[in-house]
Amino acid sequence: MFLRYKRTCLAKIKALDLNPKLRNQRDQTQSLSPKKPKPPKKSEIHFADRAFYYGLKITSWGIIFLLLSMVVLIFKMSWPALHHFGFRFFFNTEWNSVTQEFGALALIHGTLFTSLGALILAVPVGVGVALFLNEIAPRRLAHALSFLIETLAAIPSVVYGFWGLFVLVPWLRQSLQPWLVDHFSWMPLFKGYPLGVGIMAASIVLAIMIVPTIASTCREVFRAIPQSHREAALALGATRWEMICLAVLKAGMSGVIGGIILGLGRALGETMAVTMVIGNRIELNWSLLAPAQTMASVLANQYAEADSDLHLSALTGVGLTLFAVSILVNGGARFVVWRIERKFRGAK
Amino acid sequence: MGVEEAQKNPVLRTDELQAYFGPFHAVKGVSVSIFPNQVIAVIGPSGCGKSTFIRCLNRLHEETPGAKVKGQVWLEGKDIYGKGVDPVLIRRRVGMVFQKPNPFPALSIFDNVAIGPKLMGLRRRALLEEKVEQSLKQAALWNEVKDKLNKLGTSLSGGQQQRLCIARALAINPPVILMDEPTSALDPISTARIEELVQELKNRVTVIMVTHNMQQASRISDKTGFFLLGSMIEYGDTVQVFTKPRDSRTEQYITGRFG
Amino acid sequence: MNFKNWTYLQRRIINWMAKIVLFLFTFLALLPLIMILFYVLRQGGNVLSWSFLTTLPGPTGSTGGMANSIVGSLVMVALASIVGIPLGIVSGVYLSEYGVGKTANILRFSLDLLTCVPSIIVGIFVYGIVVIRYGFSAYAGAFSLALIMLPIVARSSEEIFKLMPGHIREAGLALGLSRWRVILQILLPGCRKAVLTAIMLAVARIFGETAPLLFTALGNQFYARSLSQPTASMSVQIFNWARSGFADLEQQAWAGSFVLVTLILFMNLATRFLGRVRS
Repeated sequence: MFLRYKRTCLAKIKALDLNPKLRNQRDQTQSLSPKKPKPPKKSEIHFADRAFYYGLKITSWGIIFLLLSMVVLIFKMSWPALHHFGFRFFFNTEWNSVTQEFGALALIHGTLFTSLGALILAVPVGVGVALFLNEIAPRRLAHALSFLIETLAAIPSVVYGFWGLFVLVPWLRQSLQPWLVDHFSWMPLFKGYPLGVGIMAASIVLAIMIVPTIASTCREVFRAIPQSHREAALALGATRWEMICLAVLKAGMSGVIGGIILGLGRALGETMAVTMVIGNRIELNWSLLAPAQTMASVLANQYAEADSDLHLSALTGVGLTLFAVSILVNGGARFVVWRIERKFRGAK
Repeated sequence: MGVEEAQKNPVLRTDELQAYFGPFHAVKGVSVSIFPNQVIAVIGPSGCGKSTFIRCLNRLHEETPGAKVKGQVWLEGKDIYGKGVDPVLIRRRVGMVFQKPNPFPALSIFDNVAIGPKLMGLRRRALLEEKVEQSLKQAALWNEVKDKLNKLGTSLSGGQQQRLCIARALAINPPVILMDEPTSALDPISTARIEELVQELKNRVTVIMVTHNMQQASRISDKTGFFLLGSMIEYGDTVQVFTKPRDSRTEQYITGRFG
Repeated sequence: MNFKNWTYLQRRIINWMAKIVLFLFTFLALLPLIMILFYVLRQGGNVLSWSFLTTLPGPTGSTGGMANSIVGSLVMVALASIVGIPLGIVSGVYLSEYGVGKTANILRFSLDLLTCVPSIIVGIFVYGIVVIRYGFSAYAGAFSLALIMLPIVARSSEEIFKLMPGHIREAGLALGLSRWRVILQILLPGCRKAVLTAIMLAVARIFGETAPLLFTALGNQFYARSLSQPTASMSVQIFNWARSGFADLEQQAWAGSFVLVTLILFMNLATRFLGRVRS
């Protein structure tokens, strides 16, 4: 009895050696174990693990400290200007380095105005792209097109600005804007001269740049909507468009809003493209045709050449404002997207 | 039963129905006639094509990427896969209830039921209200929700949500309702209520119900079809299928030898 | 139900129009991409030559090349990567493997904060911390690029490590490996390709960054003699050429854009390819 058992065991061991598949398996298990023949002492492992953990933790705190110092430093640098001008800094439209009078209102206005214009142009397009790719286009076409949309997001902003300056701006100056001035100059939005550069050009370039952001956020949210909602709509005899309205847009509305705010955040902070096409004149103007300046573009234009400490400090104050605005906007977007994701995770 | 059938026309008839997912042949030539005012149970092991089969009956299968259907399905004497037939119109005549309750998330209880008639052009508020009340009563939900019609559909319990989905399907007066394992996500009490409801619905519509649960099939259905690997092995009176199955594989499945 | 034929017709028409409008929107979104690629290829392709890639820019008003800015960009991106990638991966490991508790939450929050900060603000920070004391330099430029790249690498590598199923870690631990060995010898090698993809995307992103370099690395008409000198970069060079007002320098900006866009698109395509191999 015992002998038979021993024989079968031997046969198994032989089979292990002969069968390449089994042998591989055994070799793998061996190679996975520590290479050192002698396992280290328990306390040693313990020490190494702890050292590794604390190494990671210290690095993490280093990064946190770096970011904290970023906030503190920018605040400290802008303090002289904020102290000198007080709250007037945010309500003064004058920005003059000769008289040393600095107020950020025209810049804030420029940033909000261009970003709003960009949103009005980009939101229908971005949401439309997301719906087309997710709900209408055949899968292969959607794949190819979404690759192109991602490519759009990868192009550096300086190239957008350059293209805007040499292709978009001349077209605006020669074709669109003269026509607008001829027919709509009774509206305050279209008063002025067809310069090409200005708020309109900046809004269009920004819109082009944020369409991929809006589209990809919306697509992700739409993808989180369970397929059965779409099927329920179709099973009721809804057409494709009615299905989109019923099951996709209604359910994904807060996600769409999140995507829009995320796009807004990107538009607010965008620097290079705007700097190149906005015309760089610090004036509070309600016309789309007028040249203007945004918070980001004034930094790009003047920071390296600031001629006094107060000027530099005022510029940093503009930076601080921009910082605060983008954190608020992005925080809002994240909150909205997070909420919708949680909602669907709960529903599943 | 047999005499009755001969006098009536089938409400739904399939002829060599084939369905594919890409290269995968999910339904392999099913021919069956379904007569009005009956409950038909479709049973079989998981992955045997029974859900795909009923999704072919309202042309929902083709909405899955890569899916394809061959063969004919006759609904009230019209081929729903015929040339120039709009699936939207077909789905109006065939209601569907899904495995998990799926009321539209952003809509109220009222709107969830009213949406079908609304889509079809019913605008008058009074008519809509009447329709909603009628459908909710038919779905045995009216008494529970009549005071909170403006609450979100998703605020109801699972069993109530599923009955809301049944009301939603009933609101467009379809002659046929498909149910894809409607009770598999529900607790036993809700399941019992839905089973009871299906029995009552029989007077108005034909119910085709996929189920995993053989007790359920034997309890509520008049006819049973047994699916295996994409083919309908056996179709007949429920009593006959469960007591004297003609095919040995049906017998093996029913007695629990596989599944 | 009283079925009205005109309602059905109306619904079909609306459905068709909606589909067409959505398609037009998609086309409209892609139109700028097509136009930008077309202009960059046509205008830039005309000017681009071997000497453009290998010579210095000429004195103002005359043509030259962008050799110094190519070198400058490469140097600064490399420096930034040396700092940013390891730090990013380390924080990614920390967040995914030890990612509960106060430190992890604060770190996650700070990284998210850094992601949404406009890049020009990062430039201001580096200006205040480095440039004020040591002047414009490649170090300062690289520092700002590293700060931009860090949160991208960290958050994407966190996501990647989290995708690794837990039982693989447990299998390692069950073999008697200590935790840090599991991380270094099983987790990291297992996610090699995905992490590489994330790194490539981050590098492609900082190659095109301009705003923070404007007042950290500034720019230079010549090769920088050391890393502590103002250094040219491709994106800043394109910006300066584009605003110069001279037609021939504008032509050079097109050529520069051609080089930059080709490089970035190539890196993006490479990550696509890598991703396909993985799946």
